[in-house]
Amino acid sequence: MNSILVKLRQRYTYSLIILKQLIITDFKLRYKGSALGYVWTLLKPLSLFAVMYVVFVHFLKFGAGIPHFEVQLLLGVVLWNYFSEVTMSGITAIVGKGDLMRKLYFPRYVIVLAGSFSALINLAINLLIVGVLIVINGVDIGPRAILIIPIIMELFVFALALAFLLSALYVKLRDLNYIWELVLQVGFYATPIFYPLSMVAKVSEDIVKIMMLNPITQMIQDARYALISADVPTLWGLFSPHSYIRIVPFLIIGLLLWSSIVYFKRQSPSFAEEI
Amino acid sequence: MDNEIAVSIKNVSKDFKFSQNRVDSLKGLFVQPFQSTKNRKSEIQHALQDITFEVKRGEFFGIVGRNGSGKSTLLKIIAGIYQPTEGTAKVNGRLVPFIELGVGFNPELTGKENVYLNGALMGFSAKEIDAMYNDIVSFAELEEFMDQKLKNYSSGMQVRLAFSVATRAKAEVLLIDEVLAVGDADFQRKCFDYFKKLKKNKTTVIFVSHDMNAVREFCDRAILIDNNKMVEIGRTDYIARRYSELFIEIDQSVARTSKGDENRWGIGGVTTDGVKISTTKDRIKINYTINADIRIDKIIYGLHISGPDGQEITATNNTMIHQPPIEHLSPGMVYGVEWDIMNIFNDGTYAVSLTLVDGAGRVFDWYDSAGAFTIKRSDRSTTAVLPPMTVSTRLVR
Repeated sequence: MNSILVKLRQRYTYSLIILKQLIITDFKLRYKGSALGYVWTLLKPLSLFAVMYVVFVHFLKFGAGIPHFEVQLLLGVVLWNYFSEVTMSGITAIVGKGDLMRKLYFPRYVIVLAGSFSALINLAINLLIVGVLIVINGVDIGPRAILIIPIIMELFVFALALAFLLSALYVKLRDLNYIWELVLQVGFYATPIFYPLSMVAKVSEDIVKIMMLNPITQMIQDARYALISADVPTLWGLFSPHSYIRIVPFLIIGLLLWSSIVYFKRQSPSFAEEI
Repeated sequence: MDNEIAVSIKNVSKDFKFSQNRVDSLKGLFVQPFQSTKNRKSEIQHALQDITFEVKRGEFFGIVGRNGSGKSTLLKIIAGIYQPTEGTAKVNGRLVPFIELGVGFNPELTGKENVYLNGALMGFSAKEIDAMYNDIVSFAELEEFMDQKLKNYSSGMQVRLAFSVATRAKAEVLLIDEVLAVGDADFQRKCFDYFKKLKKNKTTVIFVSHDMNAVREFCDRAILIDNNKMVEIGRTDYIARRYSELFIEIDQSVARTSKGDENRWGIGGVTTDGVKISTTKDRIKINYTINADIRIDKIIYGLHISGPDGQEITATNNTMIHQPPIEHLSPGMVYGVEWDIMNIFNDGTYAVSLTLVDGAGRVFDWYDSAGAFTIKRSDRSTTAVLPPMTVSTRLVR
């Protein structure tokens, strides 16, 4: 029994050491040789935000009458950006490290996990910018802001589960990255990022309900609720009296996590020879 | 598993499937089911078949075989990189594989950053590397270069750095691929020094090679793999001989030198002749000729001396004592060889064996007991050698 514990500790010590080094290396390599370096991490979501702001908020008057809609827009962009970064880099994570995997055995999940943590660092920096905008905009931030922590955790798990599944699938199915790019493109418009849900509600309440079952929509709306405005429509205000339906987004995440772990575990022993 | 056993390989087989039109695109996934099964054959390559052996703790174990025999696949199965199709591979204790030096090295990172990355892959935490960082750098002799990017290093510098980290490996079982020992003579010597240290420290080492000299020098036991099957397992000398015999089948056009001579074997074509041994009080001179019937480059000539009890006292060749090989031989050429050895031998009769091999490990002429010499002396030691020595006493108190 004792030796099992020792072995378990040894195993995870090794994983932890590698995980740390992979994250550090990724961080160092990411913008090596580029003039602006790490600033690019901020520029990407910020430029997207700027375009959206000018086109949709300024010209098309999206979100008119909604308090601090520009902050909501930035928060949505930042969260979506994290999601797309984790899943897109997750797809090629395993295949990209093929050379290393053919020469050394180490727990394969570490590679995917490392990419996820790297993106988390970027998310933290981006959220700081959101914080700055919150202050500038004079958002009345309250104690419910603490809710952002479980929401980020949920987002982390959801994106990671997808990254595991996609990385393992990509070993066998090499046009998955194009498919996923497509999914993300559609997903970006299907998620209320640059338009408020109230605009959709004017067309149909049912569509809002369906959209809200998408975990990403649920998380973005909850995050807006936590940080910006209590008036934001969330999953929790819908589906009464059938409130049990609210479990659907979490069920999706749970099922996805379970199936991705099972699939990844089953496939990972043969990664080295199949890549 | 028995605690005395470090690695246990049981009935291990490995198949690789190469499907000719593997479904690896979405289009394929949809189109393929409608194609006739005739077009969908997948080829199975048996990379290993039914391999069984055990490596004891503290053993220096060799895996020997020709290129493509499956020894690298076996190494990767032991390392856990590949899963066996059948059978089990168990390793007792922490294993570090060296399939290549500098695994994970990134040209865009500095030398220092690469040390930490490579070290982490070997299982060292940043703290542990901090502690040995200076030693690693000074052993690699790269003090001034550590903050430069690896891409600015020469390949020699990269190898030095990687090797310096590798020698720090703390493992109960080390897997070493032969590619490690490539490089210039100086680096090879460093490698062999490291192997000697491992052997002295009783580290369990599994060494994959087709360099018979290295295998003979370090391995206690070895396994011979050919055509993906296990041919033989046993003491290194025996395995080395069996390995060389594999090449006899290939070179059937060349007559075997030693018809009926039990002391002599090899593929022939280049043979030893006219062995003369002269002894004086100080020197032993062994003269013979190397006669060529074929065109061949870089012949390595070796010498073994065994003592009265049959135990080998020395076994070396021109490479090991830093002498050039015979660069080129063509039919009809005769080379004279003279070994000049200091006489440090004890009283008794010594057998001399002479070998002719090439860099690929092919044995042309292995002539056991090609000659003998007898030493008669009154001063004795209880072992086979007695270096010139005097001894004196003085009163201290």
